Amino acid sequence: MSTTIPTSSDDLYDEMFASTGKPRNTYKDFLEWFEAQNPRGLKNKHRETSKIFRDSGITFRSTKSPLKDQLIPFDWIPRIISSSEWRFIERGVIQRALAINAFVRDVYHKQEILRAKKIPSELVTSNPAFLPLMMNMSTPSNVYAHIIGSDIVRTGPKQFYVLEDNARTPSGASYMIENRDAMLDLFPDLFSIIKVKPVENYPDLLLTALKSVSPQNDRKAVVCVLTPGPYNAAYYEHAFLADRMGVELVEGSDLRVIDGKVNIRSIRGYTPVDVIYRRVDDDFLDPLNFRRDSALGVPGLFDVFRAGRVTIVNAPGTGIADDKAMYSYMPDIIRFYTGDEPIIKNVPTWRCSDAKDLSYVLSNLENLVVKEVHGSGGYGMLIGPHSTKAKINEFRKRLISSPSRYVAQPVLSLSTSPIYKHGLLSPRHVDLRPFALVTGDSVTVTPGGLTRVALKKGSLVVNSSQGGGTKDTWVLET
Amino acid sequence: MLGRTAEGLFWLFRYVERVDNVVRLLATAQRMAVTRLEASESDWASILYTVGTMEDYLVRYQQVTKPDVINWLIRDEENKSSVRSCMSLIQHNARRVRTAVTEEVWESINAGHASIHRLINRRVSESDLSLVLSESRRVMALIQGMTNATMLRNEIFHFISLGAHIERADCTLRLLDVKYYLLLPSFSKVGSVFDIFQWNAVVRSVSSLGGLKMAYGTEISAAQILDYLVLNRVMPRSVNFCIGQISQSLNYLSFRGQRQPQSLKKSNHLLNGYLSSTADKIIDYGLHEYTQKIISLTAEISDQISKDFRFYE
Repeated sequence: MSTTIPTSSDDLYDEMFASTGKPRNTYKDFLEWFEAQNPRGLKNKHRETSKIFRDSGITFRSTKSPLKDQLIPFDWIPRIISSSEWRFIERGVIQRALAINAFVRDVYHKQEILRAKKIPSELVTSNPAFLPLMMNMSTPSNVYAHIIGSDIVRTGPKQFYVLEDNARTPSGASYMIENRDAMLDLFPDLFSIIKVKPVENYPDLLLTALKSVSPQNDRKAVVCVLTPGPYNAAYYEHAFLADRMGVELVEGSDLRVIDGKVNIRSIRGYTPVDVIYRRVDDDFLDPLNFRRDSALGVPGLFDVFRAGRVTIVNAPGTGIADDKAMYSYMPDIIRFYTGDEPIIKNVPTWRCSDAKDLSYVLSNLENLVVKEVHGSGGYGMLIGPHSTKAKINEFRKRLISSPSRYVAQPVLSLSTSPIYKHGLLSPRHVDLRPFALVTGDSVTVTPGGLTRVALKKGSLVVNSSQGGGTKDTWVLET
Repeated sequence: MLGRTAEGLFWLFRYVERVDNVVRLLATAQRMAVTRLEASESDWASILYTVGTMEDYLVRYQQVTKPDVINWLIRDEENKSSVRSCMSLIQHNARRVRTAVTEEVWESINAGHASIHRLINRRVSESDLSLVLSESRRVMALIQGMTNATMLRNEIFHFISLGAHIERADCTLRLLDVKYYLLLPSFSKVGSVFDIFQWNAVVRSVSSLGGLKMAYGTEISAAQILDYLVLNRVMPRSVNFCIGQISQSLNYLSFRGQRQPQSLKKSNHLLNGYLSSTADKIIDYGLHEYTQKIISLTAEISDQISKDFRFYE
């Protein structure tokens, strides 16, 4: 496979400064403001940021230390995107969201894409994310993945790539909103100088999207957010979204199936619910239909869903679309369902299950990223150029013994955006997760999204579980 | 509202009240220890009886000593009513009911948890005690103040009120039950002096010494103290006041067109029966028997509330 995308050996693209050292247009106004500030005042503001987040309890809990609340470091230098760059990203995200929904529907109905031999059948049907129970199940408005967060990276002025799609229960929208709230608190003057597209209506849009797929399809639909509970890493986000939407945050034990409907146990008795925005994985949704040992789910929930008397968002089984093994087929999926070329490209990917690809990967391990097909959160991953001989050899053995568990990609030189460090601006690698809401045929993408930033110098891993932070993402009005 | 949310709010504010009570008791004992010439271990022991943890304490420690009692009541995680245990339960319950309380209440809990945790992370020496106590009281006052200042007076608020007043009534009753014997001599013999010093301390530990004098003058009899702590309708820590608040909240929470919840019947019954008595009648009945009776009736109301409003399934 040939590749023309810049890799880490090439020049880095910095979002704030051109290679000449001159600020790019998108950042001009910000830098002008930045230069005019009193450095000591900025240092104080900088200290204030972590207090804001700590006091408001915006934390996550990692799987490593589940009892400890951890702050996701917030860097207050905004990541700025021009309106024309945004139009491009937005078109790409919409295209992908529609293709993903068409794909999931097809996979659980006629499977035309398999018959057309665009994807090997066994890759779908023997995939652990494929849910046979979903076969021939239709959902309101034919939407399966209502909320999608695709991770996008940039390598040059016009070069954007999707690194992965999150079509199950993507998280991070609360940080997008909280980061903006914090910035408005800290630097109100900045927002009068620079016109930034708002993000705070995301919960309203989310609620509208959820109500639009109610079985009765009425405005009075009762919506709730289903969380695994306070010990879950993203519990804060579940509570935040429920709160901003003004709906109940429930745990499995609060719900019960009575007379073919799902009911919430309220202080006045049991009251029916129409739409469940679940942040519980498929496996744990319903101990009668999936994992029996799940204490997080609701017995019989899936049966009510199949009878069309409750809507589960995102639908069970959407994981088939964001599986890493499926990722490399995403361009084919987009072409098949939309008839167009992908607007935002995929990162070239070698499938180690393929003998030719495997031999290329084995002889170029030092220059590649190797990922586990079913891994997540940046675990089980090899970044060749940043790794040791021993680690590379370990991966070589793993690849030879179970090649189909891995895919490999070139090491992208992710763009950098500066963070504030000791009073100075210091470049760090970033990615972007915009949030798409799908209702029927229309897709709304909130302008901006969550920018994750690798706080360690030179690091390419932006995951919060591994030392990543976040930034407020600005899409300019003009 | 979810049954589980009601449960979380109820317990969240029981624990806030419990911290407040433990801290008050410690402050009073500390004050007695420094103002009296002979040091008395019984002051510290009586706190353990009041919060009902003497048995558990003796499993962990050989004898009642001031440093051990302080450690046990403030930072021992084996003690479910220690300030530390209560603080983590407060934060846990606050997380569970995150969407039911205002931003202000949430932040006061979250920031308060962090600030108390910093102070009691290490062993608390005698000289640090007053700082820990005053910070804990400040945090509880902030949580209670934010609750009063920012929460809507709706169902949520009434479950908060139920939890706070059940715990408060229980604490006043336990305090009375531990100290009742101090009142007895003056009941049996007219004109005999009772340990006014001890009773000042008791009243002080419910923070209402000034109120007592305002209500009854400076010459105070044992019967008046009893009246003040149990039957008074305006003293916010009296049993009568607390159960009255509980009846009011349960009345608010009663559903139109449905029959009265059992818990409301029970609290009204208590209010119109045992709590409409007089100090003299209580003394005739037997002070110990009386407080024991009301402690168990209060526990019954609490239990009935959890059933009436589906705290559990």
